[in-house]
Amino acid sequence: MNDWPLWEVFVRSRRGLSHVHAGSLHAPDAELALRNARDLYTRRQEGVSIWVVRSSDLEASTPDERDSFFDPAADKIYRHPTFYDVPDGVEHL
Amino acid sequence: MITPRDSSPPPRGGPDPTTDLASQHRFEYVVALADDALISAQRMGWWISRGPQLEEDVALANIGLDQLGQARTLLAHAGEVEGAGRGEDDLAYLRDERDFRNVHLVERDQSDFGVAMARLLLFSAYHAELYAALRSSTDQTLAGVAGKAVKEVAYHLDHARQWVLRLGDGTEESHRRMQAALDTEWRYLDELFDDSWVAPELIDEGVAVDPASLREPALARVLPVLREATLTVPEVLPAVGGGRRGLHTEQLGYLLAEMQHLTRSHPGATW
Repeated sequence: MNDWPLWEVFVRSRRGLSHVHAGSLHAPDAELALRNARDLYTRRQEGVSIWVVRSSDLEASTPDERDSFFDPAADKIYRHPTFYDVPDGVEHL
Repeated sequence: MITPRDSSPPPRGGPDPTTDLASQHRFEYVVALADDALISAQRMGWWISRGPQLEEDVALANIGLDQLGQARTLLAHAGEVEGAGRGEDDLAYLRDERDFRNVHLVERDQSDFGVAMARLLLFSAYHAELYAALRSSTDQTLAGVAGKAVKEVAYHLDHARQWVLRLGDGTEESHRRMQAALDTEWRYLDELFDDSWVAPELIDEGVAVDPASLREPALARVLPVLREATLTVPEVLPAVGGGRRGLHTEQLGYLLAEMQHLTRSHPGATW
């Protein structure tokens, strides 16, 4: 029983709109992973909904790719709404 | 400890003897329910650091803590009903084995995970029906405890069900061991539904639930799980029982020694 796979747990809080990563745990299958998540991550009423996903099913970016993935966004200030002036006379924007 | 039965009669001008007997009956009923939950909680706590995985340790500890919460409220209430100044700690830590009224199902060692899950399945199926019925008790505290506990034990039952399904319908070895565990625990099922110790007036007044009436609905929760888990309903002779009369297996004494040791060695200790 020591080879239970690892699962990632996402919990939607009472006031939250989206599920947020809460941590990980071991469980033999999805049903028990949900229950273990309930016991480990919602003991203090943290959540109203739980997702679990096998860690091996997640594809993650790696630190090696950081330069090519994220740095090019740094100098593109026109991607932020604050870059643009709102023309006079526009009432509903 | 002095049991209520041994206590001297009330002084002249004290409470009406009829009321006195009624409150003694109610005390014994509430204590029995409390002791089932308390002793089961203590057995659940044994699993902390011993479960198959850390996650299961936490799950069983949570279940034990739910049961402990039920026991605490019930013991405090029993103390009030008794009216002799005993609180929840006095009743939990300062009673001797013969004064405990829990069933044998919950008091025996359960160092086999299959046994623990078979027992939890039977006990929580009984608990689910007991608390569902007690929600309409005329005793407001009992009704209150039951209203809260009914959701807790639904989760306990689900947890036991998940494991009984997986172990019963798992490998050849897990099936064999789950069936053996079920055969062992099944002998202690009858004691839960014994109604001989509950004063009939308590049932008539709507304070207590007739334990015998819980058998059919509780089994209706258990049997489909066994079927789905490919397990056979055991055909075994019921164990002798006697927990409701204070007669216990030798294993309760060891449990109490561990549970009560700190309070008895250091009276009044707090931290």
